Amino acid sequence: MGASPMNKTITIDGKTVPFVDGQTIMDAAMAFGIYIPHLCHNPEFEPHGSCKLCVVSVNGRNMTSCTMPAVEDMVVANDTPELNDDRKALVQMLFVEGNHICPACEASGNCQLQAAAYYLNMLSPHFTHFYPQRKVDASHPDIFLDLNRCILCELCVRASREVDGKNVFGISGRGIDTHLVVNSASGRLGDTNFAATDKAAHVCPTGAILIKRQGYKIPIGQRTFDRKKISEVQMELIEQIKPEPDDG
Amino acid sequence: MDEKKKIRVATCSLAGCFGCHMSLLDIDEKLFDLLGMIEFDRTPFTDIKHCGSCDIGIVEGGVSNAENARVLKEFRDNCKVLVAIGACAIDGNVPALRNNIDLWDCFREVYLYEGGLEGNQIPNDPELPLPFDKVYPIYEVVKVDYFLPGCPPSADTIWKFLTDLIEGREPKLSYEMLRYD
Repeated sequence: MGASPMNKTITIDGKTVPFVDGQTIMDAAMAFGIYIPHLCHNPEFEPHGSCKLCVVSVNGRNMTSCTMPAVEDMVVANDTPELNDDRKALVQMLFVEGNHICPACEASGNCQLQAAAYYLNMLSPHFTHFYPQRKVDASHPDIFLDLNRCILCELCVRASREVDGKNVFGISGRGIDTHLVVNSASGRLGDTNFAATDKAAHVCPTGAILIKRQGYKIPIGQRTFDRKKISEVQMELIEQIKPEPDDG
Repeated sequence: MDEKKKIRVATCSLAGCFGCHMSLLDIDEKLFDLLGMIEFDRTPFTDIKHCGSCDIGIVEGGVSNAENARVLKEFRDNCKVLVAIGACAIDGNVPALRNNIDLWDCFREVYLYEGGLEGNQIPNDPELPLPFDKVYPIYEVVKVDYFLPGCPPSADTIWKFLTDLIEGREPKLSYEMLRYD
């Protein structure tokens, strides 16, 4: 019972999980090897807390695990039928709110929205489809922007601002009219300094931002989530980007 | 065994491409096992025009026009268990790409503006079913009991699903079998 910074723990689904001050429930869970479903969260960026897939029950209250700091002795429920049902409903709402035609999408098999739906055993979108009118912007020589597939996770907004230092994307409108906008006078991606090598071009969890001329290099059936569940893929990702495991 | 009443199954393709039916035929020699357990009512494989009383109705494709809606209602009225097979029945899929385009704009583009057409006119024969403003997933029109996603679902997936259903188990697909593409 020394005073090492890792001797604080929380409990997730009955497992004792260590954490250091400043880690969120999500951070602690992922470092320990427990998958909490999420879409807007990416461990390389500041948490956003908008998709709500990562909601867990903390001492009986529902909280967003990607934004909630871990606090000693928290009792967290994650992989429960109730929470997974809520998560499935959230994913179903994302499906009907946009136009997600998987068989016609280059991202199929590499799409985290689809993979989360697989993980949650979504058999149909359940709700009434909106079939909204959304724009496709093919003006950029190397990148497609298809707003039919945007789920407003803001990862491209964050990546462009924080990593690329370009501020190419933003969010505009309110409520159901909320949408992704491009920061150029014309509103077209081709009129920005966005580049295919930018971080923001590679963080989209769906097929909203696609690099041109790449679409079917890897055939359907052999793609990331065709081979592995999103839970396994996310754990491998955490291993790759893990900061120094000894306290810094 | 022969005395045992066979499970009666009807299938149809609405706004679909018959790909799901092709995938069903892809179970190959297992078709003999299947026909040992079931008999077909209305399907594209028989020449029965209307769906009679059935245990299982399998519907491919979404609802794109008045004829689709009539057939779907006939299936729902006559089938104890209704199954939506494939992406089109479940979310509209590729036919639903027209859903955010005005129907008349679609017609004009196809029948009036397309080059090389002679005597351009929008088909208006009374025999043609009335198109709907949108293509609807079948669960937005009638109650659906089971969903079998895929474009199409693989033959193995269809076999697993059907044998579960026929043998009285809750159909359960493995991770590899649940695909939307």
